Parts: sequence; structure tokens; C-alpha cells
Amino acid sequence: MSIPTPTSGRGATRRRALIGRTVFTAPGLIYITIFMAIPILLVLVYSFFQRGRFGGIVWEFTFDNYIRAFEPVYLQVFSNSLVIAGTTTLLALLIGYPTAYAIAKLPTRWRTVALVLVVLPFWTNFLIRTYAWIILLNSEGPINSSLVDSGIISAPIGFLYTPGAVIVGLVYAYLPLVILPVYASIERLDRQLIEAAGNLGASRARAFFDVTLPLTLPGVMIGAIFVFVPSLGNFVIPELLGGGKTVMVGNLIRDQFLEARDWPFGAVLALFVITLLVLLFALQAAISRRINGTGKRVNSRA
Amino acid sequence: MHKIGWLRVPLVATYAFLYIPIAVLVVMSFNASKNPFTWTGFSTKWYSALFDNELIRQGFINTMIVAVGATIFATILGTLLAIGVARYFRSAVVEAYSLAPAIIPDLVLAIGLLAFFALVGVTLSLFSVLLAHVVFGMAFVSAVVIARIGQTDSSLEEASRDLGASATTTFFRITLPSLAPGIIAGALLVFTLSLDEFVVAYFTNGPATPTLPIVIYSMVRFGVTPEINALAALLLLVSFTIVISAQRITRLTDAV
Repeated sequence: MSIPTPTSGRGATRRRALIGRTVFTAPGLIYITIFMAIPILLVLVYSFFQRGRFGGIVWEFTFDNYIRAFEPVYLQVFSNSLVIAGTTTLLALLIGYPTAYAIAKLPTRWRTVALVLVVLPFWTNFLIRTYAWIILLNSEGPINSSLVDSGIISAPIGFLYTPGAVIVGLVYAYLPLVILPVYASIERLDRQLIEAAGNLGASRARAFFDVTLPLTLPGVMIGAIFVFVPSLGNFVIPELLGGGKTVMVGNLIRDQFLEARDWPFGAVLALFVITLLVLLFALQAAISRRINGTGKRVNSRA
Repeated sequence: MHKIGWLRVPLVATYAFLYIPIAVLVVMSFNASKNPFTWTGFSTKWYSALFDNELIRQGFINTMIVAVGATIFATILGTLLAIGVARYFRSAVVEAYSLAPAIIPDLVLAIGLLAFFALVGVTLSLFSVLLAHVVFGMAFVSAVVIARIGQTDSSLEEASRDLGASATTTFFRITLPSLAPGIIAGALLVFTLSLDEFVVAYFTNGPATPTLPIVIYSMVRFGVTPEINALAALLLLVSFTIVISAQRITRLTDAV
């Protein structure tokens, strides 16, 4: 090993670090800036200007687009979307948490298989997964025909084209995104804490609600964000499974950009989704910081 | 600590929920009847009908052009970025920024890019879809490669430098081979993502060159046909194969 003189060594190291930063990070960071950061800033800028007649914008400053978002028609869509996305998130957590918990309890060699089986559907074509539910929920589909054949119902039920169908489709689409972060947080959990709770006389239910659940809350929050935000912005499932009767923020945004050609108003609606995303992540970070803080204190005392 | 007990119930229920819809689609694709809901016998005719469908064939070619192009660029940029972030530019902000395109809602990215392409005068075509797919594909590659770097030992690279190899030689002979499983897995994931991606392609594509998901969307909007079932089954097979291979590649080398 050659021993460089202190000054040239430090200079060389610093130069190498600079070259490393530039050669490796610059192309990617510039690409993300051009094709993600600037486009999203553009959405922000567009929201303050007037619409062009055939799409695009006219550079005249205005707050009208924001004021318009408070019209009752749109407030109705917002609250409707929040209810549907909220129900979806709740259902996904109710299904996803016990599943993640069960996977974490599997023998190690089965865990990977179980996790791959959870994510596999997520990597397949999203339209096709939605399409599968058109078949399943159809009045002639397998669910209805087996219910009729077994005599449980006398006539097919119109599952399709209802808000319920939209919720089922959204839960199906995003369930893997809940299971993964929740699993990660359960897996990371310090098992000694739960044992300690048991030793101190807490019932298993009490240990779960007082120790396990609060400590896995950051993972639950991440899972909830990963379902809630894309559900709000989804326009395909409300259209295909809701039959256009269930209008979500996503449908409005799509229509403003591709049909009504009112880009500035569409930009305001998109900002609504982005703002929610940022607020929820900030909330998650705050909760996570608090819980990790207390976790550390408990550990150091043990 | 491996008592599962009643937890078997949610486990089985979740897998049934995830896989029954997919199984129904695949079974129905072999149905001889034109009515997609009544089973009349086994047939592979919808698969041959698929290959005669000009719209689907053209959509498939367009999709492949975008997916192959996006995979190449996203893999190169994403790998470089991952090495940079993990080795030279350790900063939580830079790392979050590199992964942001994978987290941002697709619709938001889609309208932003539409507005951006319109402003700078890029004509919407397969090329604009490719540019768009590279941005989130790169984030996925970065995530996988950063994870791989976390598992590898940097002492080999130091040894190579100490033994007098140049930075370039070290990079190509030591760094890249040790990261290869992560890079290949990342590339495979970007390829599937791009192959199946609808929302961004829908906003950033020109009308003359629909990709396969756009073709599927317009078909599904007009109702259920046995042809879509066959196409769905094929696409599921492709995605499953690719994702499982990606998983195996990263795991096989972990064992070594």
C-alpha cells in the first residue's frame, strides 16, 4: 500500500469524491429534475393562470381555479372520494394487518415465499386485475351464478357499477402495498417487549393492543398512505367497476386534462392530491419519530 | 415462537382473495363459448384469435419498443444513481429525491409530463412515453441496487485500488460484477412495469401509437370478450415469470 503525503491524499480523496458525485449522481438527479420536479412545479404554476381555449393556458394570473374548487359539485366529489378511499384503506388494513402478522409468524423459509406471493399480483397488469372483477361481479358471473345455483338468492345481485364494487377493486389493487410495510414493522419489532408484557401479567390481547399495535403504527401509516393516495387518484377502477356513476378526484383530473381541456383547474385538483400526500407523510414521520424515540428509551433501560 | 393457530384464517383468506380472480381469468381464457360466463368446453381458439388481431399485435410491438428502451436507459441511470447515492453522496434528501418518482401518484406524474411536453414542444409519441417510463423505472432500479450495495463488501474495491487498478478498471472489474444481481433484477422489474403501465402512457402517448395497455383499456371499456381473457392470461404468465426470476436472481446470490 502506497502511503500518500497527507495534503495530496486529502486533496485526491476530495477530488475523487467530487468526481464520484458528479459522474454517478448528476445524470440521474438531472433526469429526475427535468422529468419529475419541473413537471410537478409546472402543475403548481398552471393552477394560478387561466385556461386556454383548446387546452394549454393563457398567462393571466388568477385565483379563480382555486375558488372554483369550492363549488358544491366539486366539494361533493372531494367528500365522496375521501369516503371511498378511506373505506378502502380501512378494509385493506383490516385484511392486511392480520395477514402480515401471520406471515411474520411463519417459519423463516416460508416467509419469503409468502411475501413473493403477496407482491406477485401487484406486478401484473393493473387493467387486467380490474377486468377480472368485471367478470367476477357480473350478474352472469361466477359469484352470482353460484349463489343462485345454491339457492341462497333467487335472482342475481347487481354488484357491478356500485360504490361497493369500486371499493373491492381498489382493495384488490392496493392490498400488497399495505401488507409489505406492516410486515416490515412487525418483523422489526423487539419480541422481548411482548414477552416482558406477558411476564408482567398482561393478557395476549392487552400485550397486542398496548405494545405490538402502537409500535407497528409507523408501518401501518405507510401502508395506509400507499392505499389512500393512489385510491384518490385512480380513475380506471371507478370507471370500469363503478360504471362512471362513482366520480373520484382522479376522474375529475383526467376529464379536466383530456376532455374539458381545463388544465389550470385540473392542476388545482392534482394539487389537492399532492397536498394530502405530503401532509400524510409528514404525519407519518412525526408518529414514527415519537415511537422510535420511546422505543430507544425502553431498549436502553432493558 | 412459530404458533400460527387461528392466524391461518386471514392468511388463507388473503391468498384466496388475491388469486381466485386471476385463476378465474385464466380458466375462462380456455372456454370454447363466445359467452364469457358459460363454460362449454376446452379450447385454445381465443389464443389464435389474439395473434390475428391487428390492433393487439401493433400494440404489442409499440409496448415492446417502449419497454426495451425504457429498461436500457432506466437501468444505466438507476445503477449510476444508486452507486452515487450509496457511496459518494450520502444524504437522506438526495436518496428520497432519487426514489420519489416511484412513490408519486402516477396520475400526478402523468399530467405534469403532459403539461411539460406541451410547453417545451415535444410531440407526443412512443418516444415521450419512453422518456416518462425512464423516470420512475430509474427509481425502482436505484432502490434495488441500493439494497444490493448494502449487502456487498466495499473492501474488494479498496483492495483493487490498493493493488494499483485504476478507478475505471475497478468499476468495471469489481463494482459492476458484484452489483450485477441487483442490476439485473432491477432491469427485469422496470421491464414488467413498463410493459403493464397504463396511466402515464395514456397521457403522454400520441394517438397513432397505442401501447398494449391502452389497447386493453379501450377493449375493456366496451365489455367482456374471450379474447381479453386470453391476452390477460398471457400477460399474467409473462409478469409472473419475470418477477419470479428477478426474485430468484437476487436470492440465489445471497445464499452464495
